[in-house]
Amino acid sequence: MRLPLPRLLCACALLLAFLVAPARAALDEASLAGLAGDFQSRLDTIEALGVAGGGDEARRVLDALEAGALGVADGRVVIVQGESVVAAANGETLDLAASAVEPLTVNNRVRRALGTARAALALSAADRAERLAAARTLADNAGQSLLPLFERALAGEADDEIRGVLARAAARVNLASADPAKRLKAAGALGESSDPAVKALLAALLEKKGDAWVEPSSEVRAAADMAIHAIDRRIATAETVGTLFSGLSLGSILLLAALGLAITYGVMGVINMAHGELLMVGAYATFLVQGVFRSYLPAWVDGYVVAAIPVAFLAAALVGVAMERLVLRHLYGRPLESLLATWGLSLVLIQAARVVFGPQNVELANPAWMSGGIELAAGVVLPWNRIVIVGFAVFVLVLIWLTMQKTRLGMFVRAVTQNRAMAGCVGVPTARVDTLAFAIGSGVAGLGGLALSQIANVGPAMGTGYIVDAFMVVVLGGVGQLAGAVWAALGLGIVAKFLEGWAGAVIAKILVLVFIIVFIQKRPQGIFALKGRFADS
Amino acid sequence: MRTPLTLRILQSTPRAGWIALAIFAALAWIAVPVAHAVLPDTHPLHLSAYTVSLLGKILCYMVVAVAMDLIWGYAGILSLGHGLFFALGGYAFGMYLMRQIGRDGSYQSDLPDFMVFLDWKELPWYWAGSDSFLWTLLLVVAVPGLVAFVFGWFAFRSRIKGVYFSIITQALTYAAMLLFFRNETGFGGNNGFTDFKRILGYAITSPEMRATLFALSAALLVASLVLGRYLVTSRFGRVLAAIRDAESRVMFIGYNPLHYKLFMWTLSAVLCGLAGALYVPQVGIINPSEMSAANSIEIAVWVAVGGRGTLVGAVLGAGIVNLAKSWFTMSFPEYWPFFLGFLFIAVTLYLPDGVVGLWRRLCARKAAVPDAPPVPAARRDARPVSAARPPVKDPSDLPAAKGAEA
Repeated sequence: MRLPLPRLLCACALLLAFLVAPARAALDEASLAGLAGDFQSRLDTIEALGVAGGGDEARRVLDALEAGALGVADGRVVIVQGESVVAAANGETLDLAASAVEPLTVNNRVRRALGTARAALALSAADRAERLAAARTLADNAGQSLLPLFERALAGEADDEIRGVLARAAARVNLASADPAKRLKAAGALGESSDPAVKALLAALLEKKGDAWVEPSSEVRAAADMAIHAIDRRIATAETVGTLFSGLSLGSILLLAALGLAITYGVMGVINMAHGELLMVGAYATFLVQGVFRSYLPAWVDGYVVAAIPVAFLAAALVGVAMERLVLRHLYGRPLESLLATWGLSLVLIQAARVVFGPQNVELANPAWMSGGIELAAGVVLPWNRIVIVGFAVFVLVLIWLTMQKTRLGMFVRAVTQNRAMAGCVGVPTARVDTLAFAIGSGVAGLGGLALSQIANVGPAMGTGYIVDAFMVVVLGGVGQLAGAVWAALGLGIVAKFLEGWAGAVIAKILVLVFIIVFIQKRPQGIFALKGRFADS
Repeated sequence: MRTPLTLRILQSTPRAGWIALAIFAALAWIAVPVAHAVLPDTHPLHLSAYTVSLLGKILCYMVVAVAMDLIWGYAGILSLGHGLFFALGGYAFGMYLMRQIGRDGSYQSDLPDFMVFLDWKELPWYWAGSDSFLWTLLLVVAVPGLVAFVFGWFAFRSRIKGVYFSIITQALTYAAMLLFFRNETGFGGNNGFTDFKRILGYAITSPEMRATLFALSAALLVASLVLGRYLVTSRFGRVLAAIRDAESRVMFIGYNPLHYKLFMWTLSAVLCGLAGALYVPQVGIINPSEMSAANSIEIAVWVAVGGRGTLVGAVLGAGIVNLAKSWFTMSFPEYWPFFLGFLFIAVTLYLPDGVVGLWRRLCARKAAVPDAPPVPAARRDARPVSAARPPVKDPSDLPAAKGAEA
C-alpha cells in the first residue's frame, strides 16, 4: 500500500498527537484541524479520531458530523447546536452566528470512514458483543493506519475470540508490510484463520507476476503455503462437522416422524398414509398456540413453543383416535385397503387445512432463544433451532422408551406387536390397545410437526413428503423396534446429507432408495429383527 | 388335451361379454370417428375435439385400470407405482413427438426447444433413434417393461409384499419423479414435453388423427380386456389367484411364485406404458407430475370403485371416477379433494367389491337365490389375525394381565 507522503505525515502527526495526549481530556484543537482541510485529510482525520480512542468527545464530533451539524467557521471546526455554535474540540460556546458556519458535507466515503471510526471507538466498549462486532467490522477493511489501534486493543483485550479476530486483522495488515520478518510472522498468524477470504489473500502471494513472485521472500511463501493448508484443513473439518450436524438434524426429524409410524405399523400392520398429515396437524396446532400467545400473553410469547408441546400432541392424538375409531377399526385384516382409506383421509385433511387456514403457508416465528447459532467457521453455522430439535427428539425418544418399557400399556403394545392372537388369548384388550397405540403414535407425529414448524414452512401439504421417508426408516430399522428406528433415522439422515453434498439432493434420494431396496434383499426384517416365530398368511 | 389358442381365448369370455365388446368396438371404431371427423361441425351428432380427447384420455385410463386390476385384483399386489410406467411409456413416445416437431419449434433448431434453451449442442445418447417410429414403439414397450422386470425381480425374489411392496413402489415413483424434474436428465425438466406437431408426418390436431388415436386407444382397451380375461381364466391365472390368497401354501406345493408374479407385473407395466404412449398425443403434454404419488394411488381407487378382481369393474371404475373428476373440477374444484378422499374411505368401508359387487348383490337379492352368494373380495386377503380379537372388557379384571404386571 502506497500512501502519499504528505498524507502519511499528516496521519502520523495526528496519531502522535493522540498517543501523547491523554485520551480522556478534551480534544486537541489541532487534531480537528484536518477536518477543515481538503477531502483526503478530512477522511484521515475522521479515522484518526476513532483510532485515537478519544472517548465521548470524539463520539460527539462524529455524531455531529453524521447529523450534518459539524462545520467550519473562522478556520475552526465547530458544532452547530440549534442557534448557538460551540467549538468542536472542547464544547465552549463561541460568539458566532449559526449562519456563518459552513457545514461539512457528508458523502459515502465519509460515511465509510465514520463507520470505521465508530468501530474503532467501540473496541474499547464495555460490552463484549459490541467489541466483537467492532473487531469484525474493522478486520474486513483494515488499512495500515489501523495497525496501532489493533496493537493497543490487543494489549488491553482479555477475550480470546476478540483477540483472535484482532490478531488476524493485524496479520492481514502486516502481510502488506515492507519488512519481510513482519510478513513472515503475519503469514504464520493467518494460518489460525478459517476464513476463505484470508485463504485467497494468502494464495495471492504465491502467484507469479511475469517472472517475479508477488512475494519476493521464499521463506514467507513457504509460511503462506503452510498457512493455506492449515486453513483448508480447518475449513474441511468445520464443513464435515456441519454436514454431520445437518444429517443429525434431518435424522431427528425423520425419527420424530418415524417413531409414531413404527408404533402404529407395528401394532396394527397398517401403514397410515395420513401420518404426514398428523405432522401437519401438530404444526398447525403450534401455529394456533402462537396466535393465542400473541393475543393474550405477549410478554410470554417466546414460551409458546413449550406450551405447544402438549397441545400439538393432543391435537394429533385426537385426530388419530378419530381416524382409528371411524375408519381403520373397520378395516382390520385388510392392510392394502386400509392404506387406500388412510390416503383418502390424508386428502380430506389436506383440503380441510386448505379451507380453514388458506392455501398459503402460515407464518411461524422462532422464539428468540431458538434463533441464531454457533458459528464453527465462516459459513458453517449450527443453528440453535436445529440443536433444540435434536434435543427435543432425544426427549421424545426417552418418553416413548419409558412408555413402552416401563408401563403396563407399553407392555400390552409390545405384546400385540409381537403376536396379536396370543396377546388376545392371555387377556390383553387388543382393541383398546390399538386405539391407545394409535393415539400415542399420532401424538408423536404431532410433536414431529411441532419440531418441523420451527425449521420448515407450515402449509397444508407440508406432510406429504414424510410418509415415504418415515416408512423407509421403519423398514430399515425393523418393525416394532425403537432402537432400530433410532439407528435407521440417524443413519439415513447422515448418509443422505453426505450424499447430497457429493451428488446433489435428487441423486442422493435415489441412491438412498436403491440402498434400501438392496438392503431389504439381505435383511427383509430390518436391522433389528424381532425374535420369534412367524408364519405369514 | 390341447385346444387351439383362438378357441381358448374365445372360451375365456362368456357370450354376453363378446356382445358387449362388439358393441363397444362398433361405437369406438365407427360411431365416434364418424361423428368427429366426418359429420360437419353444425350437425347435432358432431362430437367436439374436446369431447373426443376427453373420451380418448379416459380410454387410456381404463387400460391402466385393467393393468392395475390384473396385478392387484388377481395377484394381490397393490402397486402405487403404475403412474411411473404410464409416464415412462408417455415419455418414450413423447421423445418421438418432440423429434417430429422438426424445425418448427420456437428456436427453429433440430434439437427440441428445451435443449436449445439449456444450450445443449447435441442430443444425449438415449435420444438416439428417437426419430424412428418403430424404435419408439419398441421403447414404449421395452422401457416400462424392463424397469418393471428389474424392480419386480428384486422385490419378488426377496418376497417383499403387501404394504411393504406398495410403499416401495411409491418411493420408486417418487424418486423417478424427482429425477425427471431435473433439467439435466434431458426430458424437459418440469415443463416436460409439449407443443407437439405431427405423427408420421400427419398433423396431430387434425380430426382424422384424433379419431385414429381414439380408435387405437379403444383397440388397446379391447385387446387388454381380451388378453386379461384369457390370462385370468387360464391355468396361469388360477395359480396367480392361489398365490394371492395363500402364497406360502402355493410355495409348499411346489410352485415358484416369483415367475407368476413377475410375468403379471411386467405385463401390467407394459400395458400401462402403451396406454401412456396413446395418452400423450391426445392430451398434448407429458410432464413429471404424471408420476406424483397421488396419480398412482388414484389408479388404485378406480379399480376399487369398480370392483377389483373383475376386469369390467376396473373399466367401469376408471370411467365413473374420471367423468366425476371432469365434472367436479369444472363445477366445484374446491370440493374434488374432499369427494375423492371420501370416495377412498367409503369404497373401502362400504363397497369392498365395488360397483360390480354391488350390482351382483342386487341381482342376487332380486333373483332371491340363496344358494350362491358371491365371495366378497374383501375376505380374500383377510388375515387370521383379525379373527383373534377377544371379547375382553377391561384388562384390570384379568388375572393373567395382573400377573404379567407383577
